[in-house]
Amino acid sequence: MSKKHIVLHTAPHVKKPQDVPTIMRNVVYALLPIVAFAVYQFGISVLALVIVTTLACLGTERFFNWMGNKPSSLSDWSSTISGILLALTLPPGFPLWMAAVAGIAGIAIGKAVFGGIGYNVFNPALVGRAFVQAAFPVAITTWTPAFFTGRFSEFVPSSLTAPFMMPPETAEWVKQVAVDGFTGATPLSLHKFQHISTAPFDLYTGMVAGSAGETSALLILVCGLYLVIRKMMNWQIPAWIFVGVVATSGVLYLINPEKFADPVFMLFSGGLMLGAMFMASDMVGSPLTPKGVMIYGLLIGFLTVLIRQFGSLSEGIMYAILLGNAMTPLIDTWTQPRLFGARRKSA
Amino acid sequence: MSLIKQDDRITVDTFLEGIWRENPVFVMMLGMCPVLAVTNSAINALAMGLATAFVLVASSLLVSLFRNLIPSEVRIATYIVIISTFVTIVDYTMQALSQEVYNALGAFIQLIVVNCIILGRAEACASRNKPLKSMVNAAGMGLGFTLALLCLGVVREILGSGSLFGLPLFSEQFQPWVVMVLPPGGFLVLGGWLLFFEWLKTRKQYA
Repeated sequence: MSKKHIVLHTAPHVKKPQDVPTIMRNVVYALLPIVAFAVYQFGISVLALVIVTTLACLGTERFFNWMGNKPSSLSDWSSTISGILLALTLPPGFPLWMAAVAGIAGIAIGKAVFGGIGYNVFNPALVGRAFVQAAFPVAITTWTPAFFTGRFSEFVPSSLTAPFMMPPETAEWVKQVAVDGFTGATPLSLHKFQHISTAPFDLYTGMVAGSAGETSALLILVCGLYLVIRKMMNWQIPAWIFVGVVATSGVLYLINPEKFADPVFMLFSGGLMLGAMFMASDMVGSPLTPKGVMIYGLLIGFLTVLIRQFGSLSEGIMYAILLGNAMTPLIDTWTQPRLFGARRKSA
Repeated sequence: MSLIKQDDRITVDTFLEGIWRENPVFVMMLGMCPVLAVTNSAINALAMGLATAFVLVASSLLVSLFRNLIPSEVRIATYIVIISTFVTIVDYTMQALSQEVYNALGAFIQLIVVNCIILGRAEACASRNKPLKSMVNAAGMGLGFTLALLCLGVVREILGSGSLFGLPLFSEQFQPWVVMVLPPGGFLVLGGWLLFFEWLKTRKQYA
């Protein structure tokens, strides 16, 4: 005697479980190809970098759970993302002990002090990077060549620096391994300090020096697209950032093409893709309303170009996103939609 | 004036209060300006702490001696005059002892005049208690302030310059954490210590 069950259910009729761990796990999936490409490009140093930062982030998260007498929050994957993202923003030959410091600082100052996931004002990975940028300004701007021979069997010499010690000079080593006259500069610093531009095709595919995971714009776009298709990321945020970058650098380029870089170069060089796709779109630190997202994206794009062209650093996306994060509560307050039926404010 | 008669007895707690239970920096969060500004090395922290402690003890004594003579309408102005007398003494003494430390501390020596810990002690303790008790209490507060400054200064100097009281602790290969001797380092280390003490407190409550 079989009886057919008809389940009656009130709205919302959600079919997919879209909770925090699911979304975060998918972000990790989206990041894995970028990690794989970074390892292929820079060798085992980057692999070690990813492992160290991720462990440092997870360890710090667990430590603060223990300190606050709270259950472990490691299973929501958010610290794993912070660790991987942090490693991707660091130079490939960054000393591992400094990477651990960055991970600890990122989770401790960027996340735990605000109360953990969902309460952090800033993106933890970027807070960690900003901390080491302020603490170790030399090491974080020392770049190593991509695709050097023997990258799968030996570390970059500066990677294995003993804790609290200064990394060794890599100039000699770079001369030995570099295929063709590598100067240790990223496309952005080449443009800024030596006025040499890099071919756009190399920028799309990632055949350049730079931070571990920022080199291939195309790969980052594809990985980000996966999250957009699964509706786990607000595509408007990176889109508005791109608009902001193109508009600002376009105006500058029209004023003086000699001095300022063209918009295409601006869009595909440096950490802009990685930052726009995976860091600015962080659900906690970005505005909620469509109008707010527009202001937020344009602001980040504008600030990035401003810092790149007029600041003392060659890359500006990190501080631009952190400033955007700081503006988010204000933007959200400004752009609250009018309640239906509520009276318009008399202008 | 408070109607409750103050207890005149001097207990161990009169002294220890300023070091632990009511530590001016870590519990009362007073005098943040010198705490953040001059703790980039242990020597600076110690000099600043001792200078403040001296002014604190000496002005507490004087305020307490004159507590029945000072009209309450102009008491703050009177306290400031008394405090600035001792700050001037410290200022000249510091200059005579070590020009280097004096230069490092800069305006913060003169700014002890408006340090709220000292004014707070004068108002809350010295103006209501007998000289000896005020002095013991002020000495505890001064020591607590000095220890707190040292807590920050030691951490910032070890990480920021790899040395302690000017003596190098590591080999020459040491990588200094630039951020630690800059202003953000002061905020970060202060936050770290506050977190640590708060954690100790809550742990005691739950245990």
